[in-house]
Amino acid sequence: MSVKIVYFAWVRERIGKTEETLDPPADIVTVADLAGWLADRGEEYAYAFENPQIVRAAIDHEHVKPDTAIAGAREIAFFPPMTGG
Amino acid sequence: MTTTDASCATCTPVIRIQREDFDIAAEIAALSEGRADIGALASFTGLCRDEGGRLSALELEHYPGMAEAELGRVAGEAAQRWPLTGLVAIHRYGLIRPGENIVLVIAASSHRHAAFSGAEFMMDFLKTRAPFWKREHLVTGETGGWVEARDADDAAMARWTA
Repeated sequence: MSVKIVYFAWVRERIGKTEETLDPPADIVTVADLAGWLADRGEEYAYAFENPQIVRAAIDHEHVKPDTAIAGAREIAFFPPMTGG
Repeated sequence: MTTTDASCATCTPVIRIQREDFDIAAEIAALSEGRADIGALASFTGLCRDEGGRLSALELEHYPGMAEAELGRVAGEAAQRWPLTGLVAIHRYGLIRPGENIVLVIAASSHRHAAFSGAEFMMDFLKTRAPFWKREHLVTGETGGWVEARDADDAAMARWTA
C-alpha cells in the first residue's frame, strides 16, 4: 500500500524531508507500527522518533491515536505537540 | 482561504489561515453587519511577545488543509455547546514580529455567557489541536528552538471535558 507521509516542525527537520511516498510492508498495521518502521530507516528517522510517545499523528487531516489502523490512508502526518494560538 | 463548516447548526463559522495581518474592527463589522440578533460579541486576540527583549520574531509553521479542517471541527463543537450566532477564527503563519497579531477568535450570541465561553473554548482547543508550530527567532540573529507545548495548555483544554 503506497501512502504519502508528511512531516512538520522538528520532526520534518530531523528527518530532512517535508514529505515522501512510501510502501510499508503488510505487517505494518497501525500508526505506531508505521512510526517504528520509519525509525528503523536510518539515523535521521531514529532521531525524529527517539521519543515516539510525544510524536503526534494525523490521517487524512484528522488527529489519530497510535493504535489507529493505517489501511486506506491517503496521507499520514507526523508532527510534534502543537504550539499555535 | 475561507472555509465554512456545515456541522455548525446555528452559524456559519469563518475560518481563515493567512500570512497577512487581520483587522479586528473590520472582522467584527463583517460579522455583525445588517444583523439585529447579536446581543453579545466576545473577541480574543493573541499577539507575539518578545519574551523580555529576547525574540526578534516567531515563525509559525502550519499543516495546510488540516489547519482549516481542525479549526472547522473545533468551531462546530463550540456551536454545539453554546447557542452561538457567529464565529470567526483567523490564524496567521509565517514570520510574525513582537507586537503583531497571531490569532483572532470572535464569538457572537444573544447573551454574553455563550459569547465569552465560546471564544475561550475555541482558544483552548485551538492551542492544543490546531496544527501550528512556533519557532523562536532571536534578536542576536540566530534561529532559536521550537517552542515546547505547555502542560498548562493541555490542562486548559481538559477542564472543558472534566
